[in-house]
Amino acid sequence: MPEITLIESVRETLRMEMRRDPDIFMMGEDIGPRGGVFLASEGFVDEFGEGRIMNTPLAESSIIGIALGAAVNGMRPVAEIQFADFVWPAINQLVGEAARVRYGTNGGKFAPMTVRVPYGGGVRGGLYHSQSIEVLFAHTPGLQVIAPATPWDARGLLRSAIRSNDPTVFLEHKRTYRLVRGEAPDEEYTEPIGKADVKRAGSDVTLVTYGLMLHYSLQAAEMVSQSDGIETEVVDLRTLRPIDGETILDSVSQTGRAMIVQEDTGAVSVSSEVAAIIASEGFFDLDAPVMRVTAPEIPPMPFSPLQEAEYMPSPEKIAAAIRRLAEV
Amino acid sequence: MSESPSDIAVEAKLSLPSGLTRERLLGAYKTMCLSRALDVRIWTLNRQGKAAIAASAQGHEAAQMGTVLATDPTRDRYMIYYRQLTAMLALGTTPTEMLMQFLARDGEILSAARQFPLHGAHPRVDLFSFSNVVGTQLPQAVGVALADKMKGRDAVTISFFGDGAASQGDCHEAMNFAGIHKVPVVFLCENNRYAISVPLEQQMPVDSIASRASSYGIPGVEVDGTDVVATYEAVKEAVDRARSGGGASLVELRVERLLPHTTDDDHTRYRSKEDIERIKSMDPLPITEAMLKRQGILDQATDDDFKEWARREVDDATDEAEAMPFPPVGDMYEKVLESDRGGNSHA
Repeated sequence: MPEITLIESVRETLRMEMRRDPDIFMMGEDIGPRGGVFLASEGFVDEFGEGRIMNTPLAESSIIGIALGAAVNGMRPVAEIQFADFVWPAINQLVGEAARVRYGTNGGKFAPMTVRVPYGGGVRGGLYHSQSIEVLFAHTPGLQVIAPATPWDARGLLRSAIRSNDPTVFLEHKRTYRLVRGEAPDEEYTEPIGKADVKRAGSDVTLVTYGLMLHYSLQAAEMVSQSDGIETEVVDLRTLRPIDGETILDSVSQTGRAMIVQEDTGAVSVSSEVAAIIASEGFFDLDAPVMRVTAPEIPPMPFSPLQEAEYMPSPEKIAAAIRRLAEV
Repeated sequence: MSESPSDIAVEAKLSLPSGLTRERLLGAYKTMCLSRALDVRIWTLNRQGKAAIAASAQGHEAAQMGTVLATDPTRDRYMIYYRQLTAMLALGTTPTEMLMQFLARDGEILSAARQFPLHGAHPRVDLFSFSNVVGTQLPQAVGVALADKMKGRDAVTISFFGDGAASQGDCHEAMNFAGIHKVPVVFLCENNRYAISVPLEQQMPVDSIASRASSYGIPGVEVDGTDVVATYEAVKEAVDRARSGGGASLVELRVERLLPHTTDDDHTRYRSKEDIERIKSMDPLPITEAMLKRQGILDQATDDDFKEWARREVDDATDEAEAMPFPPVGDMYEKVLESDRGGNSHA
């Protein structure tokens, strides 16, 4: 099977879903003839027309608010927020409104909408093109939050998101768009929302991660395997709400050692939640304290290259952390 | 802009606009009487400690009634906020159903008593309101109307909002998008000149919200919202325009909020005695009553009957609603997501 990039997987999945269901339409900034700044909708206007591929004004709150209104009235919108850093004006419509529609109407209305959000750093994006914004959404009952790391998962989970009858934030790490290649067959398959995936088996350490950090963690796992014979089991969360505690706890019960790797800053984050799950439900399986590798507590992230590199977790930093944890 | 009752007193015999019969007007007035009686009762239930919160529609009755008259509840869609008691009744909600919202009883139709009164979705009419955050309904309404346009349906979406919501960025974004895409929506502003305590002149440097319409390439009109017929005409024109593919309109209905913002507010803190006295002349109930009597549509006996009927309806509804239990605690866990799997999967 030919390998494709993650952005190709996203684009072709969107195309296949658009062909399958006429109720799906896309809206966002520059998604029309430009094809989106990352080319997720390249060529779409030609195939689907401007009625289904809607360029919007630079107004994120209304992008989400309008998508929400269309969703409760029978459409299945896929909205694109151009960069995660620009999602903040839309927070009210997403966290305050979309997340509460089903609950606040006792099921009378619901919002089958997908919000695609390119996020993450390591791309020389500085303070406003690098942010990890997942925590606020992952904290919000009524939303589903997906963060795939491979072309296969991007396809299977984007299908699940679009077909879901609840609002879903779909996070695409910008650095993975063209860096990560893999198989993603055209045929009909989905991956379940809320299910983590063990991407590498190992008996010594459980490493829980998502997004770009999955790939850095897999590299780190190979490094410590070759240099120290430490075998790391790498759990890819894939969904950040709901978090699949069962898969995490199963792995920790085998290894007795757990670490969480994330690009986001650490305080009150996904890693905090995973650590809490392990502490409250897997404590007696642990042979060592839970370890976290995260960004430092400064606003993400410096534009200057040496500082950006210092900010980002790297395979080397993760490998060093695995060695420390294995020695405890 | 607005006519005082004395101006109306000298007007010629009203020639009713198309679609508005004498019978419909009489029925509208009857609903306004019911709304007022219910509104008064809800305020009382709050003072008795039974209704936690209420935002009164007193002063807005003609504006809301005229609006609903100009629409078609069998196909149109209504996005309200929290002051639309009259609109709710005009759309067929019963006083018991309304009181069950204010009293948060089991079986409450809009949100199963999860939300403040008047928020949720209506089971029979396409009416919904998600939020207490003012202005959020405006882009949502544009999305609702956009979906109808995409599907080729002839529904029109009426998005109610107040002068307070007009200051939100969402208001600008919604009208801008609706103007660009000729979306079948009517932005219906009930301008009562106060955002809780902040008067209009501290909300905007102009005295007309309708005047903004030109910035969005849509028609905007300012109407006396105490005049049910004038309101009907203006909204009808906007609804007809939207239904025939002409796109969005902005209708500003000038009204007075006769009571404080909510039961938790005290408007004597920020309105002068003279102002509070003056706005009583803008009460749409006596204005409508006088107009209908002058036109020979309403006589005193019928008026007395309506008011007595409204009192009985409200009394019966109060008994019925108060007899209902609160929703069972366990119900609060339902309908977060379709799968009801809101939190962590292991939880």
